[in-house]
Amino acid sequence: MLLIACPWCGPRDETEFVNGGEAHIDRPTPAESVSDADWAAYLFFHDNPRGWLAERWVHAFGCRQWFNVERDTVTHEIRRVWRLGEPRA
Amino acid sequence: MSGYRLSAAAAPAAQIDRSRPIGFRFNGAAYRGYAGDTLASALVAAGVSIVGRSFKYHRPRGVMGTGFSEPNALVQLGTGARTTPNLPASLVPLSEGLEARSVNCWPSAAFDLGAVNDRLSPLLVAGFYYKTFIWPSWGAFEPFIRRAAGLGRSPALADPDRYEARNAQCDVLVVGAGPAGLMAALAAARAGARVMLAEADQRSGGGLGLGGARVGAGTARDWIAEVEAELDAAANVTVLGSTAVTGYYDHNLLTAVQEVDEPGLRQRFWKIRAGEVVLATGALERPLLFAGNDRPGVMLAGAVRTYVERYAAAPGRRMVLAANNDAAYEAAFAAARAGIEVAAIVDERPAPGEAAARAADALGLRRVHGRIMRAIGARGVRAVEIVSAAGTEAIACDLVAASGGWTPAVQLFSQSGGLTRFDEALGGLVPDRSVQRERSCGAAAGVFALPACLAGGAAAGAAAAQAAGFEPPAIAVPEAEDHALAPAAPLPPVPAKGKVFVDVQTDVTVADLQVATRENYRSVEHVKRYTVWGMGVDQGKLSGANGVAVLAAVQGVSGAEMGMTKFRPPFMPAAFGVLAAARPNGALFHPWKRLPAHLWHERRGAVFEDFGWLRPAYYPLAGETMAQATAREVRAVREAVGLLDASSLGKIEVRGPDAGAFLDHIYAGPVDSLPVGGVRYGLMLNELGAVFDDGVVARLAADHFLLTTSSAHAAAVLAWLEDWRQGEWPMAVVIQDATSQWATFTLSGPRARKTLAAAGTSLDLSPAAFPRMTIRTGEVAGLPARVQRASFTGATTYEISVAARSAERLADALWAAGAPFGLQATGVEALEVLRTERGAIDVGIDTDSTTLPGDLGLPFGGKACDYLGKRSLTHPAASAPGRKQLVGLQTLDPLQTPPVGAHVIGGVPHPSQGVVTSSQFSPTLGRSIALALLTDGRSRLGETVQVWSEGRVWPARVTGLRFLDHADA
Repeated sequence: MLLIACPWCGPRDETEFVNGGEAHIDRPTPAESVSDADWAAYLFFHDNPRGWLAERWVHAFGCRQWFNVERDTVTHEIRRVWRLGEPRA
Repeated sequence: MSGYRLSAAAAPAAQIDRSRPIGFRFNGAAYRGYAGDTLASALVAAGVSIVGRSFKYHRPRGVMGTGFSEPNALVQLGTGARTTPNLPASLVPLSEGLEARSVNCWPSAAFDLGAVNDRLSPLLVAGFYYKTFIWPSWGAFEPFIRRAAGLGRSPALADPDRYEARNAQCDVLVVGAGPAGLMAALAAARAGARVMLAEADQRSGGGLGLGGARVGAGTARDWIAEVEAELDAAANVTVLGSTAVTGYYDHNLLTAVQEVDEPGLRQRFWKIRAGEVVLATGALERPLLFAGNDRPGVMLAGAVRTYVERYAAAPGRRMVLAANNDAAYEAAFAAARAGIEVAAIVDERPAPGEAAARAADALGLRRVHGRIMRAIGARGVRAVEIVSAAGTEAIACDLVAASGGWTPAVQLFSQSGGLTRFDEALGGLVPDRSVQRERSCGAAAGVFALPACLAGGAAAGAAAAQAAGFEPPAIAVPEAEDHALAPAAPLPPVPAKGKVFVDVQTDVTVADLQVATRENYRSVEHVKRYTVWGMGVDQGKLSGANGVAVLAAVQGVSGAEMGMTKFRPPFMPAAFGVLAAARPNGALFHPWKRLPAHLWHERRGAVFEDFGWLRPAYYPLAGETMAQATAREVRAVREAVGLLDASSLGKIEVRGPDAGAFLDHIYAGPVDSLPVGGVRYGLMLNELGAVFDDGVVARLAADHFLLTTSSAHAAAVLAWLEDWRQGEWPMAVVIQDATSQWATFTLSGPRARKTLAAAGTSLDLSPAAFPRMTIRTGEVAGLPARVQRASFTGATTYEISVAARSAERLADALWAAGAPFGLQATGVEALEVLRTERGAIDVGIDTDSTTLPGDLGLPFGGKACDYLGKRSLTHPAASAPGRKQLVGLQTLDPLQTPPVGAHVIGGVPHPSQGVVTSSQFSPTLGRSIALALLTDGRSRLGETVQVWSEGRVWPARVTGLRFLDHADA
């Protein structure tokens, strides 16, 4: 079970969190001028690397805040946690 | 029956209490043992040589090992609800009145009819299930095979015992309290770290606790006692005895099962999050491979020594030691000292270690350089056949102590994700590279000499403490005699007549592994599953290394190339009860969400059902069926007035200066244009444009909205709103779930207004002052209330919300006020009929994950600002022909009600054109009505279609959604 350091509450068990998939996916706007291809890329074409992945988690059974986590999808090592709005690197 | 209890003089260091005899029963017969015994040691001392029958061939079997390493003496412990199957007798502490039975025998362990399988063994080779039981079908044979080849029986009754769960955190967790583990715990404790030390045995010390080895100034026992005392006294150390660590999971979370000696409490489940872990899990002894190596009387050498020295239990009277390593000699020395005749030491190596040879010679023991070929005797060993330079020789004996060397117990290390390396000299895996924050020491790391174990343990403990942020301590490693435990790799067996068992627990022989290889099962994982090698209760603890050695020899590859099967938790069998201890059971397993007025409904005779919440389904009067009660309740709403508890509808409050603008992004329809006091139907879409939830939005103030979500969907909607507020539109808005703070009752029907007026309210109820789709705040029956006019039933409806604690007062007031008007309590069954009559959808029932608002005939678009799903709705696929659209269906025979899930058939290429999503008999209309998602449905109104379910067909006409006109005024 992962130990995830919520940037607001500190380290807590994985069971308190919900994973929200890949982080830093920009929602294309305005809707009227987004091509079908760009919209499909936003909806469906996400990275699924073997290794480091930046992903979103929410402390669902805690402060309800979303934040970003960099996790190795093979070893589950977490090397960085940062808040929404903070830069990726 | 050759085992016996040694006298106190013969076993001076035994750790049993002869002043406390304990009576127990095994297979129906009464025996006595002593406090300190395990069931296995008591049986050995009582001379019970046959303790069970083997898995497949039903061969007689005796106690072979100790601790985790007992493959044969699997017992069914206790009776009735307290029965536990497949426990190794070596892990069962003896207790007064204990009752145990062998698991795989009939009628008895001593005389077993299944033993005929042993004679039929040519038919029962590896994979015989798949080869033999093909005709007429596997299913015809399966029940018989399962009964013949099972082990113990699962308890048929609920487990009456209590289990408890604890979570713990520590800086350093040490697993195993042998010499290395004790030193590691000591070093980490002295550094000031919070230390936990878990030991599966009741006693610490591991193998060191047995003999007379010297550590420091005194005996090993003295040293162990000193360390125990220091650890017990240290405030920063928790010692968990009788605690087996069963799993090693991500981020240093380890689980453990502790045997608890407290009345009513059987076991405790630990979840330990450790900063650093030291694995001092020791090593497991390997059996030797020779014909008849499973016969009663053949034991592991280390087990012989343990039974003799620790338990004063002599497993036999005349012993042969067969070994390939020096450590095994200790068994012969222990036996000789205890007065057991040692007929010979048969060593496979040309030159044993000097110290071992000298000690054997000093005791006058005969040493032979040779190999054991065969154990003779079916129900107990009578002799062994050995081969040496002098030829073949039979030596009479009733006990064979066999040792094929020691395999590091890397199970937990491997579970942690650590990478192992095959050590050819050792014939087993050793830890190579850590992935998590752990380190191995002692025998678990392939280090066997006592001084090295002590030093390695101290270093590992210090390193763990340092990694956890503590000053490494100065710790003196005590001087110790080198126990010269020279390890050895297993040797492939010599061909001999008779079965050579690789896995005695699952009856897998060398021949089975050869067959599997001939049939081209090469990978260890495939061979394991084909032959069941390593799949028994002990999960290959005894058989793993030997199996790899045999397969490597058969396939002509190295052990490293052969590899090892994956280790998975749990390390040892654990009861379901203890695994479930962390969460409540029974009624608390998944607690009901009850309405605030639950008891009020109970008093009205409600029948409750699970709708996410426990809600009244209907309120039967005496003698009424569900259909009759529902019809009566529906009529009340259409003709008089019905009272419904709608407290389970989600209520989410959104406040802040940007609340309106934010909700315009969330809902497909306009929200910010709503006037204060106004209510509007709203549809939430996901980014695919599919319907996510529906409900009404009310504006209580310019910056204050109240959202109603579908029942049991409030949590998901709340999470959804937070996700988009935080991630996409970080606006000045606060979102809160207020569902449980309010109790909501609806009055619905032509006499709803009169009823509400009679209950007393501060609100002006005239339609002009309080029209439909508005919300007002005032008092109802003297209670502060929010009253909203939005109708799900199509009838005039007032939704009255008061503080949850006032739920029953409101219900009583409305009930009393409504009596003269024919008020009836209405349940969810009636509500389903009512909303279907007016064609109101239930999201998730009448929609699926592809349903777009246009498919429901709901208007969308025309809103300038961006909102969720907007872009997807402009995709050509959203308006392409062939979509499933929601329509009404009326069967041509009005009394026939097709079930939900029935298909509309006749489609091409797929026969289904759609599916019935809601279906009711409407007492108002006197006919059945249904909703269906139908391909191109809205362009097919008036068409007659065929509705099919389980072979029955109903012709039905496609209609619009609304079966009944609105009567909400």
